[in-house]
Amino acid sequence: MFGSFIKKSRAKSPWIIHFDCGSCNGCDIEVLACLTPLYDVERFGVVNVGNPKHADVLLVTGTVNHRNKKVLKNIYDQMPEPKAVIAIGACGNTGGVFREAYNVVGGVDQVIPVDVYVPGCPAKPEAIIDGVVVGLGKFAQKVEEAD
Amino acid sequence: MIGKVIDVTVDNVVGEVMKMKNDGHRLVTFSTYQEGEDGLGILYHFDKELETTHLRMTVKRDAPIPSVSGVYFAALLVENEIRDQWDVKFDGLVLDFNRSLYLDPEVTQVPLVSNVKIEPKK
Amino acid sequence: MATTVIPFGPQHPVLPEPVHLTLKVEDEIVKEAIPALGYVHRGLEKLADIRDYHQMIQVCERVCGICSMIHAVCYSQAIEELMGVEVPKRAQVLRVIWSELHRTHSHLLWLGLFADAFGFESLFMQFWKIRERIMDINEATTGSRVIVSVNVIGGVRADLSPEQIRWILSEVDIVEKEVRALQDTIMNDYTVKARTVGVGVLSKENAYLLGAAGPTLRGSGVAQDMRMLGYGGYSEIDFEPVVETSGDCWARSTVRFRETLQSMDLVRQAIAKLPEGELAAKVKGNPPEGEVYTRVEQPRGECVYYIKGNGTKHLDRLRIRTPTFANIPPLLAMLPGCELADVPVIVLSIDPCISCTER
Repeated sequence: MFGSFIKKSRAKSPWIIHFDCGSCNGCDIEVLACLTPLYDVERFGVVNVGNPKHADVLLVTGTVNHRNKKVLKNIYDQMPEPKAVIAIGACGNTGGVFREAYNVVGGVDQVIPVDVYVPGCPAKPEAIIDGVVVGLGKFAQKVEEAD
Repeated sequence: MIGKVIDVTVDNVVGEVMKMKNDGHRLVTFSTYQEGEDGLGILYHFDKELETTHLRMTVKRDAPIPSVSGVYFAALLVENEIRDQWDVKFDGLVLDFNRSLYLDPEVTQVPLVSNVKIEPKK
Repeated sequence: MATTVIPFGPQHPVLPEPVHLTLKVEDEIVKEAIPALGYVHRGLEKLADIRDYHQMIQVCERVCGICSMIHAVCYSQAIEELMGVEVPKRAQVLRVIWSELHRTHSHLLWLGLFADAFGFESLFMQFWKIRERIMDINEATTGSRVIVSVNVIGGVRADLSPEQIRWILSEVDIVEKEVRALQDTIMNDYTVKARTVGVGVLSKENAYLLGAAGPTLRGSGVAQDMRMLGYGGYSEIDFEPVVETSGDCWARSTVRFRETLQSMDLVRQAIAKLPEGELAAKVKGNPPEGEVYTRVEQPRGECVYYIKGNGTKHLDRLRIRTPTFANIPPLLAMLPGCELADVPVIVLSIDPCISCTER
C-alpha cells in the first residue's frame, strides 16, 4: 500500500532540477519565468530543487560542450530512477545556431537520453510548460512500468 | 579606429604598459588577430576618462610573449584566453591555466589559427 | 589552522549558470578563490568564418540572451562604422528605447536573483512579476520576449505605432510605480542590509586597477558609463551616470535599482524625441578592409567589440569583450576575507553572465 502511495505522489508532484548546459541564458530565464507568479508551474505540483538526488525531471537548456558534458552526465547519473529529461530550446535539441562552433558537441541527446524536445529560440514559457506537462505524462508512464 | 595607436615591440611592451598604468589608464582588454602566416597581432586597449588608447604589437606565434599580468592583474584572464585561442606562450603569467581555461583535451585544433578552418558538420 | 577546499559550482542552486570556484577556507573565512571557466564556452567568435556579416547579428545576439539587444546594437554600430553607413535618426532612437527596456528587464531579473541569493524569496517573486510587463512590451513590439532581434545592419526592422507608444508609456508608468513600492525593502530593510552592507567591499582604487566595469565600478564610486559617450541615439538624451560610493554589495544593488528607475526615464525621453523617418539605410557590398573598435554600455557594464574586415562578406576577426569578463578579477579580489555563507551573495553582486564571459 505504501508503495502505491509513493508511486502516485511521485507522478502527481514531480520535482524538477534545471541545468544550464551552455545556453545563452535566453532559455534559462524563461525556465525561471515559469516558476514566477505569471506562469507559476507550481500549480501543477512542480517544485524546483537544487539537488539532483531529490529530482525526478531534469530540464536542460543549451548546447553541450566538451567540458560540461561530464557535468551533465554526472547530474543525470545522480538522479534516482525513474527519471525524465526535457531538452529546452533549439540549442538543447540540436546545437542551434552554435552547432558548427569548434567547442560544441551538439544537442543534449548526444550525451543522455531525452524524452521531450521543446522548440524555440528561446523557448517561450508557454512552450516550456507544455513540454513539462508532456514530460510528466511520460514520467508517470515510467513510474507505472518501474516495478 | 577611434583612439591613438602606439606601436610597441616585445622588448618594451611591459615598460609601455607600466607607463600607461602610472598615467592612470584602465586596462580594458586585448584584441588579437592573425598577422601573416605565423604572426599574431595584439592590441592592448586602454581607457582614461572615456579616451581610448591602443598599443599595437606584432609577434611570432612560436616565441614567448612577455606577460603584463604582473602590471595589471586583470590581464591574466585575457592572456589565458589568448593562450587557448592561438597556442602561444606568455612569459611570467601569474596564473597559467596551461590552455585549459576554456578547452578540454578533446579539442585538438587551435581555434583561431586561420589555416585550421571549421568544417560544417554534416 | 587547517585549510579546507570547498568546490562551489558548476551546478549550484544560486547560480543560473555553470561556473566553478575553488574556495580555500580556514574556519568559515575564505582565504583564496580560484575560478574555473569553460562550461559555457562555445567558440562563437570563430563562427565569423562561416557566417556572413549579416548572419553574425543573430549569433552576436546569442552571446547572451539577457542583453541580446545591446550586443546586436554594438555589433551593428561596429559594422556601420566600418562600412560608413549613416543610420537614420528614427532607428537610432528606437534602438535606445529597446536597449533601455532590455536594461530594465535585466536589472529587475538581477534584483530578483539577488534577493533569492540571500533567501528573500517573496522579493524575488515580486521583481519577476513586475518584469513580465517589460517582457510583454518586448513581445508586442518585436514578436519575441527575450531575444528581440530587431537590429539589422543600417537600422532596425520593426517600428512603433502611435498606439503602441501610448501603451508603452502607460506600462512604463505602472512598472515605475511598482518598482518604487519595493525601494524601501531593497534599500532599507533590516534583513537585506544585514546581508549586504559591508559585504564584498571593493575600494575605488582596486575597482579601477582591476578593470571593473559597469555597476561594479560605479558602486565603488567611479562615474563611468559608456552612455556618456553619446553613441547612437544617446546623443539626443540627457544622461547622468548613477554612482554609489560604499563599494559593497548594497552599493551595487542600489546602483542597479536606481538605474532601473533611470532607464524608465530614458525610455520616456527617447519616446518624446522620436523623430519621423526611415527605419533602415540601404547597405550594399561587403565590409572593407579595416579595423573598428566600439564600446556600448550593457546592463552589466562596458562591452567592447573589435572587428577586422578583409573586404569579403566574412569578417577577418570578431573579438568580443564582455563586462563579466572584466568583472571576474575584481570578484577574485572581493572574496578573500569574506564568510563562506556570503559567497553566493558576493558572486551574484557582480551580476555574473557566464555565457557572455566565455562566448
